Amino acid sequence: MNAGGAEIWLRILLVAFPIGAVAALVVRGALGRAIVAAAAAVGSAAGFALAAMVLGWGEPVRGSFAFPLAPLVFRLDPLGAFFLVVTAIVGFAASLYSFGYGAGSPWRVLRTTGVNLNLLLLGLSLQVMADSPLTFLLVWELMSLAAYFLVLAEPDEPGAVNAATWYFGVTHAGFAALFAMFFLWSGGALTASFVELRAVPLDGALRDAVFLLALVGFGTKAGIIPLHIWLPRAHPVAPSHASALMSGVVLKMGVYGLVRVTFDLLGSGPAWWGMLVLALGTVSALLGVLYALMQHDLKRLLAYHSIENIGIIFMGLGAALLFRTYDLPLLSALALAAALYHTLNHACFKALLFLGAGAVVRATHTRNIEELGGLIRRMPRTAFAFLIGSAAISTLPPLNGFASEWLLFQSLLGGARIPAQSVAVLMPVGVGLLALSSGLAAACFVKAFGITFLAIPRSPHAEAAEEAPRSMQAGMFLLVAACVGLGLGPAFVVPLLGRLIARLPGLEPAIGLHAANGALTGLPDGLGQMSPPAVALGLVAVAVVVAVVLRALAPPFRLRRGATWGCGRLLQTPRMQYTATSFAEPLRRVFAQLYRPTEDLTVEVHPDSEYFVRAIRYESRVHPWVERLLYQPLLAMVRGAGRRVRQMQAGSVHLYLAYMCAALVVLLFVARWLP
Amino acid sequence: MTSWLVELGQSTAALLMAPALVGLIRWLKARLQNRCGAPIWQPYFELHKLFAKEAVVSTNASWLFRAAPYVVFTSTVAITLVVPLMLVPLPFDGFADLLVVVYLLLLGTFFTALAGLDPGSPFGGMGSSRGMTVAALAEPTVAVAIFALASGAGSTNLGHIASRLIASPMAALTPGHLLAFASLFIVMLAEAGRLPIDNPATHLELTMIHEAMVLEYSGRYLALVEWASAVKLLIFFCLLANLFVPWGIATTVSAPALVLAAAALVIKLGMLCVAVAVLETRVAKLRLFRVPELLSVSFVLALLAVTSSFVLR
Amino acid sequence: MRLFSKILRTGLVTRPLAPRHDEAIHLINAIDARSRSVLGRAVAIREVDAGSCNGCEIEITGLAGPVYDMERFGLHFVASPRHADLLLVTGPVTVNMAVPLRKTWEATPDPKLVVAVGDCARTCGVFRESYAVAGSVDAIIPVDVFVDGCPPEPAEILRGILVALDRWPSRPRPALGFEDAEATRR
Repeated sequence: MNAGGAEIWLRILLVAFPIGAVAALVVRGALGRAIVAAAAAVGSAAGFALAAMVLGWGEPVRGSFAFPLAPLVFRLDPLGAFFLVVTAIVGFAASLYSFGYGAGSPWRVLRTTGVNLNLLLLGLSLQVMADSPLTFLLVWELMSLAAYFLVLAEPDEPGAVNAATWYFGVTHAGFAALFAMFFLWSGGALTASFVELRAVPLDGALRDAVFLLALVGFGTKAGIIPLHIWLPRAHPVAPSHASALMSGVVLKMGVYGLVRVTFDLLGSGPAWWGMLVLALGTVSALLGVLYALMQHDLKRLLAYHSIENIGIIFMGLGAALLFRTYDLPLLSALALAAALYHTLNHACFKALLFLGAGAVVRATHTRNIEELGGLIRRMPRTAFAFLIGSAAISTLPPLNGFASEWLLFQSLLGGARIPAQSVAVLMPVGVGLLALSSGLAAACFVKAFGITFLAIPRSPHAEAAEEAPRSMQAGMFLLVAACVGLGLGPAFVVPLLGRLIARLPGLEPAIGLHAANGALTGLPDGLGQMSPPAVALGLVAVAVVVAVVLRALAPPFRLRRGATWGCGRLLQTPRMQYTATSFAEPLRRVFAQLYRPTEDLTVEVHPDSEYFVRAIRYESRVHPWVERLLYQPLLAMVRGAGRRVRQMQAGSVHLYLAYMCAALVVLLFVARWLP
Repeated sequence: MTSWLVELGQSTAALLMAPALVGLIRWLKARLQNRCGAPIWQPYFELHKLFAKEAVVSTNASWLFRAAPYVVFTSTVAITLVVPLMLVPLPFDGFADLLVVVYLLLLGTFFTALAGLDPGSPFGGMGSSRGMTVAALAEPTVAVAIFALASGAGSTNLGHIASRLIASPMAALTPGHLLAFASLFIVMLAEAGRLPIDNPATHLELTMIHEAMVLEYSGRYLALVEWASAVKLLIFFCLLANLFVPWGIATTVSAPALVLAAAALVIKLGMLCVAVAVLETRVAKLRLFRVPELLSVSFVLALLAVTSSFVLR
Repeated sequence: MRLFSKILRTGLVTRPLAPRHDEAIHLINAIDARSRSVLGRAVAIREVDAGSCNGCEIEITGLAGPVYDMERFGLHFVASPRHADLLLVTGPVTVNMAVPLRKTWEATPDPKLVVAVGDCARTCGVFRESYAVAGSVDAIIPVDVFVDGCPPEPAEILRGILVALDRWPSRPRPALGFEDAEATRR
């Protein structure tokens, strides 16, 4: 293992991002954008190289920096390297994209975006290398703040400030949970390294508390329900490459943290851990996709889908925890491999979708699907990239969404081997709900792609749309290649995952996860296998044979263009097409109990006669009831508490002096009477 | 080399048999309506005619509309390479399992739905919306039924499931198996677009699901789409027949075994056709918003299948 | 079960089609050889009501029923003109239906045929000279066969369609529902 080689890449990474951040503040215009993009791209590439070296050789890399308060310790092991690969791929694509995306933006937006993009990438790269609670928490805060400023980058977007406030509040609540967790765990010694933490013996109640705090803390970052409240607000308003990074990578840091804590550091736990994570994952997957179906804001739809996919990842993690509790290490490793693989795949296709959505929004100046349409003619390459992303997220073979979901299905099918009957019976329910969420995702993306890109433009904005510049296309097509490659190449990814999972305590048999002859095997005894390259080859071969046979045997093909058949109507207007609301209506009716949509119908009649209608106004809303049930009472409590506290601030200096005196007396007592 | 020939032969056989299946169901329904009806070979004449006709394509439609029939046809034909028709296990059995089959079918539905939206016709949009709703709601049943089959056979590969059942025939009569068959039968009706979920012979656009998506297609495109949906029906029939009642299927590539397998296949498919024709004559089409109730019944049946297979192990 | 016992008791009710040659059927354009080979055995029919009183429609509905059973000749109704080979037009073409009829014809892919059913379709019937009528069907779209009658019987309409397809008179083929020509003349 060439430690020197790894060091070089690390140094490049640590230098490139700050250069990009500084350049964003100092250099203006196209040159500035180019330097910022190049710096971010170089940093991401260096991260990829570093991660590839660590994954390839399998040995961790160490480093430490003396900091005023305490030394910051870094250690990149294969698990962290895997997440660094995720960051690098999405970061590189987003960097390329940012060059073209920024053209035409005002200077203050470009400045904020450039600085925080680089800082965010730096934070994400360092997060997976953090080796002590203090380092972890400091880098976590850096990452959260960079993301917060990115959400605020375009403050004129409606809802931006609200979204940023929510993001700030929830992310710091999570930070508090993480702080409490590390504090409890290490007994106050936050500078202890993770190796030392692993050795700390924790008894039952304390372990459960640590687990729950970790789940809450990392769950807020990952965005599982009910801690997701900031996600659908924050991701739509950020610039699109920032949204891509946030959805693709920042959410995964929550996953990384949970995997690190529960699989690496904490060790095996009771069955309810796994069941809780599995249940949270299933609920998130289902509710995420159900709320995505009702969205007409393109980016908010994608944000809800991120919740769904994080739910799927959590289902894998929960299953892995459950299998570990019941002493089935190989199945546990398979479930964890499925979850990690899905992490990488989701990062790729979600980032691709966000970049595509960004190109659309930039060209048409609207996020509302109902005003789009016909963009496949005006933006053909963006449409193609978005189509690949949609097919990937709908888990269609042979793309990457299907590969990881197949692995997850196989691991859940292994749930039949759990000895506890009551738990084993819940696995098929999980399988069914996973399949339901993937089917609904397909329906949602038929709507998203179909209404946005196909048929006729529904507004002048959409008619005037133009194709995205080359740099944006480059970013998107890089991710298209990643999606296709990851879909066809699980034979490379799965053994890699097996090797890195085998390093985790208790999961050594994971080394048995292999792929034979390019085929993906579910369980290592060869049963349950499929080969995505063979499937792809089969599809291509059949297509070629069909084309050849048709050319040889069928009569010559004639094509004529005509108007769309509309039962002989005289002309077709864009209003005669299907709308996104109508598309989702059957599913809205089916799940009406869950959505509880509210409908408002106002009919304005002529004052002289009620039979002459002037205007009809119909409004229908779907309010996520999680917000109504959980967060509104919470907000009301916080506001009430705030009002009561404000009463204490009477404005009188004498009262404040009295408060300080009282506090001093209390402290003296506490110091005197406590040991 | 023989494996390639076997696979090619199987795929060709499936392609050639599929229209006859549709023709048989139509002929049976005609006889049940006390009329002569078209001969069983009628769908072949229809396909032959459609390939010779010109295709009229809407000016609003993009390349997706023209490419979708090929995608649907290709994905459906690719599935016939792994579905057990007359021989088990197939040479390509290790390349794709039951989950791949289900999601390749979803690939076809995805592109058909997009093609329904492309010309900008409201009928197409309605068909796409309903088609995707039914497909999404049928997914959990299929997944849980796969769970039931796979936990019994220890694998999701089709060859394994069929072989395992041939080896232990009594497993076919377990409640788990029978319930899984019932739930998959309902899903077959939903996915293949038969009554009571969708009437394949309706002319009322407001009652269409699959037909509405292909309303704009003509000529060669329509031929490919119709053939693909016939092959889809054949695939479901084969899954129902050969995964639940696999006896008669050949386990070696020898002439007598294959002849017996062909005869057994014809008998099984014929019985399924009779069942579907009788059912379509007896029941009326369900209102669209009653379809989820039927699909949730099938989901419950599938769950019961799995639970009983756990409990009775 | 009562349904199935009734079905079995009733048995086949389809009547063979009598080979009557009528002046009621007017062949305007004979089908060309290529179209004849394409549309030989399977024909999809799209019915267009261009303002008729629905008398002809009721007779056309009988075509798909058990007694006249057009499916035995390979004919079937379709919903969309894109799927159709033959347009079955009824009614004097009203002013409002002139453009839709023309659009329906344009939406149908080649090769295609048009059979106009009823007195109204050929001569506008009792609605001739009305302010709401644009003209007979062949003023709007090219027609291949006219079938006279007010309304014509389903068997007549069936013969008209078969004339358009040049499958009439054909060799007596009792299996396809044609009566033996010799037997009828006797």
